[in-house]
Amino acid sequence: MFGFIAARLVTAVFILLGIVVLNFILIHAAPGDPAAVMAGEAGAADEKFLADLRTQFGLDQPFTVQLWNYVSGVIQLDLGFSYRQQMPVAQLIWDRLPATLLLTSTAFVISIVIGVIAGVLAAQMQGTWWDTVISTVALLFYATPLFWVALMASLVFSVFLGWLPGFGYETIGANYTGLARVLDIGTHLILPASTLGLFFTAIYMRMTRASMLEVSRLDFVKTARAKGLRSSVIQRRHILRNALLPVITLAGLQAGQIVGGAVLTETVFAWPGIGRLMFEAINQRDYNVILGVFFISAAMVLLFNLITDLLYGVVDPRIRLTS
Amino acid sequence: MKTFRLLTTVAALALASAVAAQDTPKSGGTLNAVIQPEPPSLMLGLVQNGPTQMVAGQIYESLLRYDKDLNPMPSLAKEWTKSEDGITYTFTLQDGVLWHDGTPFTSADVLFSVDVFLRETHARLRASLEQVASIETPDDKTVVFTLKQPFGPFLGIFEAGTMPMIPKHIYEGTDFANNPANNTPIGTGPFKFEEWQRGSYIHLVKNDDYYMAGKPYLDEIYYQVIPDAASRAVAFETGKIDLLPGGSVENFDVPRLTAMDNVCSTDAGWEFFGPHSWMWLNMHEGPMMDKNLRKAVMHGLDREFARDALWNGTGKVAKGPVSSVTRFFETDTPDITFDPEKAKEFLAASVYNGETLRLLPLPYGETWQRWAEATRQNLADIGITVEIVATDVAGWNQKVADWDFDMAFTYLYQYGDPALGVSRTYVSTNIAKGSPWNNVSGYVNEEVDTLFADAAIQANDADRQSLYTQAQNIIVDDVPVAWMLELAFPTIYRCDLMNPVSTAIGVNDGMRDAWLDR
Repeated sequence: MFGFIAARLVTAVFILLGIVVLNFILIHAAPGDPAAVMAGEAGAADEKFLADLRTQFGLDQPFTVQLWNYVSGVIQLDLGFSYRQQMPVAQLIWDRLPATLLLTSTAFVISIVIGVIAGVLAAQMQGTWWDTVISTVALLFYATPLFWVALMASLVFSVFLGWLPGFGYETIGANYTGLARVLDIGTHLILPASTLGLFFTAIYMRMTRASMLEVSRLDFVKTARAKGLRSSVIQRRHILRNALLPVITLAGLQAGQIVGGAVLTETVFAWPGIGRLMFEAINQRDYNVILGVFFISAAMVLLFNLITDLLYGVVDPRIRLTS
Repeated sequence: MKTFRLLTTVAALALASAVAAQDTPKSGGTLNAVIQPEPPSLMLGLVQNGPTQMVAGQIYESLLRYDKDLNPMPSLAKEWTKSEDGITYTFTLQDGVLWHDGTPFTSADVLFSVDVFLRETHARLRASLEQVASIETPDDKTVVFTLKQPFGPFLGIFEAGTMPMIPKHIYEGTDFANNPANNTPIGTGPFKFEEWQRGSYIHLVKNDDYYMAGKPYLDEIYYQVIPDAASRAVAFETGKIDLLPGGSVENFDVPRLTAMDNVCSTDAGWEFFGPHSWMWLNMHEGPMMDKNLRKAVMHGLDREFARDALWNGTGKVAKGPVSSVTRFFETDTPDITFDPEKAKEFLAASVYNGETLRLLPLPYGETWQRWAEATRQNLADIGITVEIVATDVAGWNQKVADWDFDMAFTYLYQYGDPALGVSRTYVSTNIAKGSPWNNVSGYVNEEVDTLFADAAIQANDADRQSLYTQAQNIIVDDVPVAWMLELAFPTIYRCDLMNPVSTAIGVNDGMRDAWLDR
């Protein structure tokens, strides 16, 4: 087990370095640079202005020197400085992390809980009217563009009904503290978390349903039935537990993206998370911020892949992990 | 009859007092405004983009403000004089002005701001400062600018976004770009910086030590960051936002929002900027070098349709290089109106032989994309094939700066005077690859160069008008760019927000005089 983990961690370091280098090359291949964008926003620039900015950003250095400076910084866990926002990248990401984790984790839980329960129900009622309804509703949320669902949710629940706030992380200027603040943030969280969560629910629902049906046809389930076990025990202990393996794989993939944020949801609901930070950084060619977010996201994906592999062994003891 | 007179008198008095009460500003209240995109910094001496000016214009001030006819008004300077030869300008500063940290504001701050800080950091002002021979401060309250020669637009460069005053005691001898104070800006303005939750809001609070007694009226302002245009409209509809600065929502949402109860709007407050839109026509190479093709394009554009269908009927069809709100605008220039038949005649006489021309829309949202589509249709109708090339902002900057286009939408500010915001687009000395804000088309006309150069250094407005009139006539006839619209960006606000726009830069410095009638 420990050998397996150590080997995976060593591999992860090399993969991360590869990702850093690849991202660096890709982002510098895109047209435009941060100096031109900043000068553009000011509506005027002369050669001195652009040259000063490029010197400040280190963009006047040869490409290989820029790459080496960045990679050696990352090795020392220094993600660089956002000249546009005049802050260290690590601090920018750290400031946005709580909002993003809150949104994506809540959506993650919503999608898994509702998705798995709906999948189990649909499998148990295969071919019935309920199965059709559950599958159709779930697919509807999956197939409809996320930004449209978000806007409609905002219109219905915020503009027409006035039940929920349509944007933001909390009520600005209210200066709530303690439980009142928790409730305020919770109220603001409902629409974005539900919108994002329902989008992923369909995937979990379909995966659970298909997996449940497949497992339920296997011999050991017939044996369990022949032994006279109760149906609920068979469903929970034998079918669901085995059917969860692909669901865990999927959850591992989604969990790895939790830190990356959700660009569309965060944009429509003005949620101050990392997804928006990254999207705006791409538009502004704020290289260090883009690379910093990519780095953290990639590290999280690798970490959660490792956790997923470890969970396999817990859920299905037949799986043994070796290096 | 006496009773009737008494009643009418009482009624008149009641009405008068009601009107007076409405006109008497009330102190207090919180204003919620939208800011988009989120500014990169609030240090106005370092960053002068639109969102920064909108927020930092309440924190920083300059020596003058401008009314809607672009006449200078007192700000940090209470009075000023100009010598007869137009060489020497003397400013007398207000009494009792303090920086937000309590340090007195003096002429030494003006000298440091202009001659040291902004000369290094402010590209647009640097060009104007080339005209300044010396700046002297004979005492704490007096600043004397001596020019190398008369410079007509000199009194027009003292607006907060162009020449913000920077605290010498904080910045002198430091690395300006990396001074930690940039994150907690200190100005002399009516509002002080309180907090910036990046991604959420910027919070300003009333400056209790402001030198104008009683002002500002508002207690605090929250500038809320809402990145999606539709969500900004929803925020206004649900009452969370009181003020949508011009350009905050898509044009197609404007009629719906302005039709709501207790909602007012105004096109005023952009006179200083005079946002002027056009299409660059690439004259460096290719068919656009042919004047006949450029004229065909110009006459082929249905700009009235664009104004009415895409801009809700706001703005004006541009008559040439100078906006009608900018000084020295000439009304009687050659005809460039929509005339498809005339366009086809020019096209037939041109070198164009059916090749596809690349059009770069401005990547600033849906309206600009639709405008590019309408333009492609207009030009297809007269026989020109156009391909729309999609880019993001950074890509647009690079393609325009590298002259990698045939036609490219843009709009620029004019800053009230042709010498400040118009000549840069047309003089041949301003042709240089690498910048999208110079003479990108590559227009070369020595006569125009001379006219612009001479007009800038005349001390007399009549002489300037004569030279600018000649320049405008020549340029319109040459069609180096295809002028589109004088843009209007309506400011939308609750009607109980009084006086949000009182100067030529609108909400950028208007919160000093704004108040809430609640």
